[in-house]
Amino acid sequence: MGEQHSQSDEALLDGFQRAAFDYFLKNVNPHNGLVADRTREAAPASIAVVGFALSSYPVAVERGWMDRAEAAARTLVTLRFFLNSSQSDTPDATGYKGFYYHFLDLESGKRVWQSELSLVDTAFLLAGILTAGVYFDENIQIETEIRDLADTLYRRMDWHWAQNGKSSVWQGWKPECGFLHYGWEGYDEAAILYVLGLASPTYPLSRDSFQTWTSTYQWENIYGHDVLYSGPLFTHEYSHAWIDFRGLQDQFMREKNCDYFENTRRAIYLQREYALRNPHEFKGYGKNCWGFTACEGPGPKMVRVDGRDRHFLGYAARGVPFGPDDGTIAPSAALASLPFTPAIALSMVRQLCEVYPGITREYKMPSGFNPTLSGNNPEGWISEGYFGLDQGMIVLMIENYRSQLIWKLMQKCPYIRKGLRRAGFRNGWL
Amino acid sequence: MMDDRGSPHTLPPDYDARMLLENVHPSTWRNPQPSGKYDLVVVGAGPAGLLAAHKAATQGAKVALIERDLLGGECLNTGCIPSKTIIRTSRLYAEMRNAENFGARTPRDVNVDFPFLMERVRRVRARVSHLSFSARRLASLGIDIYFGEATFAGRTAVVVNGTTIRFRRALIATGSRPMIPSISGLAEAGYLTNENVFDLTELPRRLLVLGGGPLGCELAQAFCRLGSQVTIVQDEPMFLRQEERDAAQILSEALVRDGIEIHLNTQAVNVRVEGNQKLIDLVSEADKHRVVVDQILIGVGQTPNVGGLNLDAVGVKYDIKAGIQVNDFLQTTNARIYAAGDVCFERTFTHIEDASAGIVVQNALFQGRKRLSALTIPWCTYTDPEIAHVGLYVREAREKGIAVKTFTVLMHDVHRAIADGEEEGFVKVSVKEGTDKILGATVVARHAGEMINDISLAITSGIGLRALASVTHPYPTQAQAVKMAADACRKASLRSSVKRPRRR
Repeated sequence: MGEQHSQSDEALLDGFQRAAFDYFLKNVNPHNGLVADRTREAAPASIAVVGFALSSYPVAVERGWMDRAEAAARTLVTLRFFLNSSQSDTPDATGYKGFYYHFLDLESGKRVWQSELSLVDTAFLLAGILTAGVYFDENIQIETEIRDLADTLYRRMDWHWAQNGKSSVWQGWKPECGFLHYGWEGYDEAAILYVLGLASPTYPLSRDSFQTWTSTYQWENIYGHDVLYSGPLFTHEYSHAWIDFRGLQDQFMREKNCDYFENTRRAIYLQREYALRNPHEFKGYGKNCWGFTACEGPGPKMVRVDGRDRHFLGYAARGVPFGPDDGTIAPSAALASLPFTPAIALSMVRQLCEVYPGITREYKMPSGFNPTLSGNNPEGWISEGYFGLDQGMIVLMIENYRSQLIWKLMQKCPYIRKGLRRAGFRNGWL
Repeated sequence: MMDDRGSPHTLPPDYDARMLLENVHPSTWRNPQPSGKYDLVVVGAGPAGLLAAHKAATQGAKVALIERDLLGGECLNTGCIPSKTIIRTSRLYAEMRNAENFGARTPRDVNVDFPFLMERVRRVRARVSHLSFSARRLASLGIDIYFGEATFAGRTAVVVNGTTIRFRRALIATGSRPMIPSISGLAEAGYLTNENVFDLTELPRRLLVLGGGPLGCELAQAFCRLGSQVTIVQDEPMFLRQEERDAAQILSEALVRDGIEIHLNTQAVNVRVEGNQKLIDLVSEADKHRVVVDQILIGVGQTPNVGGLNLDAVGVKYDIKAGIQVNDFLQTTNARIYAAGDVCFERTFTHIEDASAGIVVQNALFQGRKRLSALTIPWCTYTDPEIAHVGLYVREAREKGIAVKTFTVLMHDVHRAIADGEEEGFVKVSVKEGTDKILGATVVARHAGEMINDISLAITSGIGLRALASVTHPYPTQAQAVKMAADACRKASLRSSVKRPRRR
């Protein structure tokens, strides 16, 4: 802790970014490139985490943590696996219609847990694949193959099928029961799904799909901030890991004289405002301790703490200001927020290092901690192990804060530009 | 009241039950003999029918009111009144158990006395029936009340127990009955609906509630707080399909906190009985699950009562699911016959029936041209917290191409809500962007049903949100949240006028 306390911002962030990248080295299956969802034993791979891993390799090369040839080799193994994996409507395939099941067996690559064919998680995987396709731009055999495979994998995704004859996009499908009805409504993390789906050179989403999605948005004045509302912080940040939304405006944002980057800034301030109010009187909340998003929690269980019944959740998407809120804070939210609100994000990182050394030890951030469930330390309950999504966001967002590497790479991706235009985005770097 | 199979309900024969029956279907009642044509014949004596009959009679019309079972309909006998009475008691038990949240000590023995509670339900029903649904009181206003099944016989006549009653205008307000889902084994296993759940004499130890609409959610929470182990199954991804997701989300969390087992996106596919237990198979996506309970309560919706009226013969078009077809003036396809209430509306609320009754009387008897679409009708689900709404939902407004801005106040920012320990929820008032024209509002709060009225009044009177900022509310009240939303709107418009100074 003492060491972190005296470090410069740059050194501190370097420590966290490097430690987060190590997750992908330690939890990857080198034979197929799949990466475990979390560090728990026998955890399956998550296709979204693989997307983050593929995007992290270029960061590692640029930071000097890995040489380019090794990064290319790891990337190629991954892309070849997906190309050759089974695509069918049988229950244990790896994917169907070019999309992939959310969770795959780390060894065999087959579907596990009867998980859903996930559109949004496939979009994160595809974002990683396309990042690799742009980054590995040399005219050598391995990098040429990476580019070809990236294109092939993209082209075989049947986005049109995922609309099932409607203007909206179904978020999931299972061989046992068909398309899934999540009832998702309003703004969420899916912007990149629409951008990539709209840009497909083979089976694109219809143009009105984006309109249908944005028609469910709610523009609200909350705590004095005008914001396109969504509760969990990750919904405001995931798509931004790849797309630099600064200055870009679709029809909705033109109407509101705002953009999605600015909106995320406001959402972060809203999180801080909520933490200051702390309506449920949980321990630890404050101007430098917020972060209400999808993370692991101590539940599900009901515990009486200081004379109050507290309902603690397990892994859940926490959100503000409408909840759910069980006193669990996601520390990685601070690092993921760096590009948007660097000053308050760094203040939180510093506070975590000073007050809660148990969650910043060795620069690794656990998924969640809950000071209300008191233990023998100020952190209270701390989630076990680490989650790939958190670590991926730490690597990418620190990099976007430091050099904008991922944003710049994706600005060069023709599919991203095309998708944004088809969604009606104008201005900014576009 | 009777169910669709015609079996009458039996109430425990105590004083209040007898009082209730004496009011809503007196044992010694004799139907009158019609003397000439009625200005208005009302078929069905639920809230819509009763109010229309009352209004018409007090305005000098000659009125007949026909009821096949009990005056007051679902509202008094099997709906609003008994359910709210149970909810009140269940809230009290919940507060006793959570006394420490309010700086009080939890009573040592919080034992639920269910028969005692049901005694109060019957007492409350009897009192309300005496106030508003008494046959003798209505008769004293000059309304001829006929008990019996009504059948239309010709374009201007209806027959009750062999007696032909002629009319100039008629109103069909026969209401609705519980919709029973087609689930294998359900009928054999037996089930409760709102028509008989309030006649229970024993609290079910384990209860499965099928349906996550207002009725299902309200009763699931109430029975859970009374001590039943409750499982609720909803075939949609959220409760209260119509409401906005934050409201439904807050409700979900409240139900979980109460200890209810929730199954969303789930269908019940089979029921069987084993001993005294009912075993229900549930399917959600690819997952199968079984719950074992003592009672099943059905709350999946209502079916309009259109059978037996001989509507085809009098040219009244209807659909057995959607009910009687009416225009905006509540006129059926037979211009002399009107309809109101559950028998023709998608949303089934007593106050909508009240409002529609007024329209019918004006249009049917006094050549009025009042439109249903011109009404501003709020509604409320009486869970804890309550969920109330009025006007357009944001998605509806945006579908109409209206740019919307919503002013949101969290109840945890309202001083009185903090003092009351009732901080769950919010007030959201949506306006047309750039103006203060109120499009709609949702309130989630302990007393949302009361709080929504400020906004309903403003919409009905064409008052903008900024003007509500000038209305002084007593301090501290929870309704101050509405003024806080208005204050935020005024502040925002001041900001935008500062940003864009007018050219001189």
